[in-house]
Amino acid sequence: MTTTLDEQYYSSLLELQQLDFALVELTLFLDTHPNDMQALQQFNQLAQQRQQCAHAFELRYGPLLQFGHSYSKFPWQWSQSPWPWQV
Amino acid sequence: MWVYEKKLQYPVKVSKCDVRMAKYLAEQYGGADGELAAALRYLNQRYTIPDKVIGLLTDIGTEEFAHLEMIATMIYKLTKDASPQELEAAGLGPHYVSHDSALFYNNAAGVPWTAAYIQAKGDPLADLYEDIAAEEKARATYQWLIDMTDDVDLQDSLKFLREREIVHAMRFKEAVEIIKADREQQKIY
Amino acid sequence: MNNQIRSWQPFRSPLDPCPPILVKTYVVPPNQYMVFQPMNLPQFPLAEALRAGTLWPALYSPYEPRSRKGEPQ
Repeated sequence: MTTTLDEQYYSSLLELQQLDFALVELTLFLDTHPNDMQALQQFNQLAQQRQQCAHAFELRYGPLLQFGHSYSKFPWQWSQSPWPWQV
Repeated sequence: MWVYEKKLQYPVKVSKCDVRMAKYLAEQYGGADGELAAALRYLNQRYTIPDKVIGLLTDIGTEEFAHLEMIATMIYKLTKDASPQELEAAGLGPHYVSHDSALFYNNAAGVPWTAAYIQAKGDPLADLYEDIAAEEKARATYQWLIDMTDDVDLQDSLKFLREREIVHAMRFKEAVEIIKADREQQKIY
Repeated sequence: MNNQIRSWQPFRSPLDPCPPILVKTYVVPPNQYMVFQPMNLPQFPLAEALRAGTLWPALYSPYEPRSRKGEPQ
């Protein structure tokens, strides 16, 4: 099975990248501002949103994480193309 | 333990077949102030930095690997369909005879990466000031890379990476403040 | 006009071999004026944050490629 890189793929990926980027920014910020309650709440809220978004992406385009952090359909999907630098 | 995520941090789109840029982008792949040097510098310094800033060094070090993958993507896309003659015309003849179109950790001039580029002094201020300087140098390198291309899509990804250097430098400056703080907390012997 | 750009004029010698670049510039990003980022700064919407490379407009630094010699600054 080859994943088709349609417009939907790129827009779903972008949506996930947007959520994950905010989480990266908040992670670094909280590393130096551990007592910022508002940033922490935003972080936890986005983390939950991210989980749903990543789950929907994985159902359609295969696992994002491995070593057991993502599920796989049969046959083993992880090793299938495309890899991030190929798309 | 690290877990790989099968996606780029930011979309990398290269719209112009300009092999020359692959040679220049190597500066941020295997250069002194490149992403490999950054990742290895922070992830090594973290073992001996005060506990309060270990998390920051771990997270920025990890993000640097995501940036390394973006640079690799740019170089890969620019070289995968290039003939030996096209590589040679872009100044990559010497690279070709040693590596074909494989990526390699060297700078834009072809000098291989060395651990001599990075430092770990064990002194938290010395290490953090090195990190701030490294971020500013990487920011400058991104500026000169942006100047060297007229591919607006490539510029877009490079601008993202440049801004990340600014945010990282900000966090390292805050780490310095955290290290300096607690004046009353004198060491008790 | 990008207010993060600073400029200076290098000394010119009558013996300089090349046509002069009269004004040299460099960028001073906003992190230089912040010691410790205050809490609750305004944020970009998520889509814009990714494009900008930061969640906070206060840390955003635009960069446009330098114009080639002879082109207007």
